[in-house]
Amino acid sequence: MTAQAPDGTGGRLPENIMHFGRVLRAAGLPVGPGTVLDAIRAVAAVGIGNRTDFYWALHAVFVNRRDQRELFDQAFHIFWRNPRILERMMSLMLPQLQSDADEQPAEDISTRIAQALAADKNMDDAEEKTAEELEFDSAMTWSKTEVLRQKDFEKMTTEEVDAARLAMRRLRLPILALPTRRYRPDRNGARADMRASLRAALRTGGDIIPLKFRKRQTRHPPLIVLCDISGSMERYSRMLLHFLHAVTGDRDRVHTFLFGTRLTNVTRYLRYKDIDVALTKITEEVEDWSGGTRIGHCLHTFNRDWSRRVLSQGAVVLLITDGLDRDAGAGLRIETDRLHRSCRRLIWLNPLLRYDGFEPKSQGIRALLPYVDDFRPVHNLESLMHLTDILSEPGSRRHPGMSKWLEAAA
Amino acid sequence: MTKPLPDSVDAALALLSKGEYVADRSLATALFLALKLGRPLFLEGEAGVGKTEIARVLSQTLDRPLIRLQCYEGLDVSSAVYEWNYAQQMVEIRMSEALGDQDRDTLESGIFSDRFLIRRPLLQALEPSADGPPVLLIDELDRTDEPFEAFLLEVLADFQITIPEIGTIKAAEPPLVVITSNRTREIHDAIKRRCFYYWVDYPDAARELEILTVKAPEVPAALSAQIVAFIQKLRQEDLFKLPGVAETIDWAHALTQLDCMALDPDTINNTLGTLLKYQDDIAKIRGSEASRLLSEVQTELAIAGAA
Repeated sequence: MTAQAPDGTGGRLPENIMHFGRVLRAAGLPVGPGTVLDAIRAVAAVGIGNRTDFYWALHAVFVNRRDQRELFDQAFHIFWRNPRILERMMSLMLPQLQSDADEQPAEDISTRIAQALAADKNMDDAEEKTAEELEFDSAMTWSKTEVLRQKDFEKMTTEEVDAARLAMRRLRLPILALPTRRYRPDRNGARADMRASLRAALRTGGDIIPLKFRKRQTRHPPLIVLCDISGSMERYSRMLLHFLHAVTGDRDRVHTFLFGTRLTNVTRYLRYKDIDVALTKITEEVEDWSGGTRIGHCLHTFNRDWSRRVLSQGAVVLLITDGLDRDAGAGLRIETDRLHRSCRRLIWLNPLLRYDGFEPKSQGIRALLPYVDDFRPVHNLESLMHLTDILSEPGSRRHPGMSKWLEAAA
Repeated sequence: MTKPLPDSVDAALALLSKGEYVADRSLATALFLALKLGRPLFLEGEAGVGKTEIARVLSQTLDRPLIRLQCYEGLDVSSAVYEWNYAQQMVEIRMSEALGDQDRDTLESGIFSDRFLIRRPLLQALEPSADGPPVLLIDELDRTDEPFEAFLLEVLADFQITIPEIGTIKAAEPPLVVITSNRTREIHDAIKRRCFYYWVDYPDAARELEILTVKAPEVPAALSAQIVAFIQKLRQEDLFKLPGVAETIDWAHALTQLDCMALDPDTINNTLGTLLKYQDDIAKIRGSEASRLLSEVQTELAIAGAA
């Protein structure tokens, strides 16, 4: 990898841009050969007299999302300017040399860039990963579904868990489709399709104009899942990830967020086709597994950073949590209210509902209840299957069964 | 006579400032590349940071017509590209029937001819114009849905549109395309790949002051400084919707209308609605928080003035 400053005299610049593109690609930016060619053209257009222009020309080509900017920035400065950082990267590749010397760690360099520049270093880790994956990858036998359906996730044996996971992967989520503003030809449609009518008229020579009709198309609304991964939810959330993976692969516009003490968007990882890869990535990414819960804080983050980006076009929100909040419901009321007002339907799934005598007493639960449209259990396969019924039934936004809970919580 | 496109980043920057648009050099670079290499410019950013304005300034300073396509959910070919004038077509059919002297082919070519074609923005943008290729603004692309995006991909790749009854219409010279998005959803990478991307951020204090001087010259300098400092502080707060540049300008205008010479807590509380558009945000800032921010601003400005 060459990191020479471009002097513009030799033919090295296109080559260096190509190498730079490869670094970015390794860091996870979608950089293809076409993009690299564009970059070379862009640099040729702008010229290399001015460093800022050079930077922004490459930026305009390589970056196409706001969140790629930091990665690009770091990679740019490491690659095009500062050979000393590159030296530090080299030392990062040889961690054993660093072990006793108390050097300042290169923590200002994003791990993704570091890994991209040091692709070889990961070779050792690869073996560890396969070992991890084996944990998930177990040979499964199709067991008695009926018993399995009613069994609480928490009480399942390892084998049963595996079987349940398999069953979950087959679940589909038929959310009631919403009418869109698009039309398609339909014999029984309510509106005349003028264009099709006229074309048909010409076919007969224009003597009669046979009326053709069209009908509104329908489409699934986006589905947003906010899943609690705190200690009290651990067993359930780990199971539900399998379900969420199946749902994500099944349809478009599904966004999944995990929260404990902080909010993580895991949609990207759930898109890996292989569930084991997806789970490994998620485990690496999410830092607050099995900790406490700060529901109010996490919902606040969601409302501020994500709601406007994912809740458009009539989204349905599934909130999966037991409502046991470390902050005792602080700020929860306002945030749930906002969430409720930004989406089409807010459905709360709570594994605590498995107890017959469940009463909404905790602070968090009482803060959440007035703002949710439906309140359902989610502790076994059967409850997940019921979920598909709830989501596909038309009717009022708030489920009639809610009044019972609201009275209990009052 | 077509005005020439800028031939360097500096020229692009000069072009923008001629149109009273105070821009970063980074934006000028992206704009220059888009114009030079004939690709769309993709602008993303929060509402009210001046994305749409760029297209307007371009059309103004380059003397090109501005064709605007406002996107919305369900936008389809008949409202974005072209539509046939059905009523007239039917009259035409009846007329030819009454005359009874036309065969089917003549009728068909007569009915689906230029006369009955209603041109919508995308088609208009491909047509040759005396002033050179127009500026095509595709506004708030995130509001439409994926099928339209896919269609747009085809248009942006070759700048041509196929109408089955007429044939393919290709632009002699591609229009200057500016696409904006408020990021209410992610636009597909395939679209972005064909564009030069730029994230329009909130300006820093110095630039915002410059913008205010250009856009609201009637505001006294001391007040402008206070306004900008206050808004910069406000953007540090944890709000649901931060005020954009458009709000800054609105507020400056509002304050001059109120004959306000310097910020005071009462005026801020009364005019907070121009800055913040959510009740929760207003409730959070109104009163003590506003006074606190204001006193911070006053202290900082006093220190800066003394230095």
